[in-house]
Amino acid sequence: MANSDGAARPSPGHSGDDLTDSVVDAAKEVFGGEMWERRLAELLAFTRRRITGDYEVDEFGFDIELTERFLHRALRPLAEKWFRVEVRGAVNIPAFGGGLVVSNHSGTVPLDGLITSLVVHDHADRYLRMLGADLVFRLPFIGELARKAGATLATSEDTERMLREGELVGVWPEGFKGIGKPFSERYQLQRFGRGGFVSAAMRTGVPIVPCSVVGAEEIYPIVGNLSPLARLLKLPYVPVTPFFPWLGVLGMVPLPSKWLIEFGEPLLTEACPEGAADDPMLALNLTEQVRETIQQTLHSLLRQRKSAFA
Amino acid sequence: MGRVVLVTGVGRDLGGRFARRVALDPTVDKVIGVDVVPPPADLGAVRFVRADIRHAVLAHVLSSEEVDTVVHLGVIATPTSVGGRTSMKEINVIGTMQLLAACQQSAGVQALVVKSSSKVYGSSPKDPAMFAEDMTPRRTPRAGFAKDSVEVEGYVRGFARRRPDVRVTMLRCANLVGPLTQTTMTQYLELPVVPTVLGFDPRVQFCHEEDALDALNHATLAGVHGTFNVAGDHVLTLAQAIRRLGRPHIGVPSIFLGALGSVIPLLRRANLSAEQVAFLSYGRGLDTTAMRQTLGFEPKFTTPEAFEDFARRSRPGAMQPERVAELERQVADVVAKVRGYGQQ
Repeated sequence: MANSDGAARPSPGHSGDDLTDSVVDAAKEVFGGEMWERRLAELLAFTRRRITGDYEVDEFGFDIELTERFLHRALRPLAEKWFRVEVRGAVNIPAFGGGLVVSNHSGTVPLDGLITSLVVHDHADRYLRMLGADLVFRLPFIGELARKAGATLATSEDTERMLREGELVGVWPEGFKGIGKPFSERYQLQRFGRGGFVSAAMRTGVPIVPCSVVGAEEIYPIVGNLSPLARLLKLPYVPVTPFFPWLGVLGMVPLPSKWLIEFGEPLLTEACPEGAADDPMLALNLTEQVRETIQQTLHSLLRQRKSAFA
Repeated sequence: MGRVVLVTGVGRDLGGRFARRVALDPTVDKVIGVDVVPPPADLGAVRFVRADIRHAVLAHVLSSEEVDTVVHLGVIATPTSVGGRTSMKEINVIGTMQLLAACQQSAGVQALVVKSSSKVYGSSPKDPAMFAEDMTPRRTPRAGFAKDSVEVEGYVRGFARRRPDVRVTMLRCANLVGPLTQTTMTQYLELPVVPTVLGFDPRVQFCHEEDALDALNHATLAGVHGTFNVAGDHVLTLAQAIRRLGRPHIGVPSIFLGALGSVIPLLRRANLSAEQVAFLSYGRGLDTTAMRQTLGFEPKFTTPEAFEDFARRSRPGAMQPERVAELERQVADVVAKVRGYGQQ
């Protein structure tokens, strides 16, 4: 059908078909291929369940569905494409039952914790229950997200509870001293605190798996600290990096360093004698052993990684 | 010779129902209900004695009736029903002190059961995920019903030390829900639009009123000395609970929530005090292992089940699950139609 100047113009009926075709094509793009109908139905059902509160959280607030559908899916491209994470020693993670993963901590924000939990999920098919400082749970939005991702407060009661229930628990004993350290001190492990996590592992007889993460130090290299502002905001530090706060939001994009995560041989605690958990010397010794293992693995991984961003 | 039970707080709903229930037990000879207001419903076999426990009247009742079991349900949570916060505090704290003094003087008293609240644990970001009975609160409640409960518990513990021959059972109940329960929490959840603290989605646990009554019954008749948490299994997050009620919720920064609560009349019933705002930010979990293993009590309702019972009986909200499911079906229909057209 042509109009007066000879150019072909689609009839109204045909334009309706074009519109539906493009909507269908868009849906295929979003949901991937021919399965888009089923995926759309799934998404609708998921949305309905969320709106009506028809989902479950465990006693710590862990929302498995939300963690897998949103958090892990968002983190996976970051881990695989941006940080190109290489994982070694995933077989050292216990396949079932309680276990304590102890890791170094770096990177200004606890992104290494999130990436480690994603890696444990993808390579060992287990959920890593992260232990966080009370600052995390004091903050709006972040505290809520942390609980939904399976994290809980780093207290001995919660740790022992989780270990006794057979959960895999992740602890970052360096805490804010670890992630807030200046770039010049990278990969030097800070003090591991009083070793409360080791006592918890001994009391419950679970293996301790040392974990070394290389690559997180370079994502936000800290060159300064606005301590007066930190004191005002009651934060442990307010970091200054070469890009933040000068570039604003752009400065919050992490640098694409190459990550290597290695899980070491588990240290077994079942052989510990009765009452060993309350012996501070034994706890300190075991803590030092774990710390040494992580530090040595860090050095070895650094040697293997040619450059920070390769 | 059966038991003689004295129950305080029978003028209120829970107290009245408990008194009626315990009177039906064959091992109980006599039940005396005490309160300053007469009970709204008939108490059946329970003898009602009108007395203000703030005054020293109970010693006489305890000795003349030969009471051997005292159940204290007279700690009040709602100030409005008794004419203000000062009266509430007097009834709670001084009333308890007088009751305990009377029990101490009475040689015949062998058992004391006190209904306390899980609010004594407070709510803070430093809390462990689940509070066991031996854990101390990280942020002790500083005002309101929660603080009264903390003081009451302190006095009860002191009494237990002075009279070690008396079996003292304290039940820390989670938020009660049920067809006949009206608390600040249920009032809050039944608001047409529920204001939540922006950026926080706390875990909450509930105890069905039937389970609370059963627990009190069990503690009175077959009880064990000690303090026990009473709550249904599992937790709900606040957003989940509000959504299951089919109500929309709106996040308000915590600094404004308290102010909002005093300004908007509808919200005053919900009592958005500092303690409540802390609870709505950080929530609370209760460890009920001791309830099962030591006290020997199993609740019939889990937290989601108790809440479902509450949701079934409350006024329907704007976003009922049936409506949302209908909406989903309609969207799916539209999509199917679009696909149908695309294939022609």
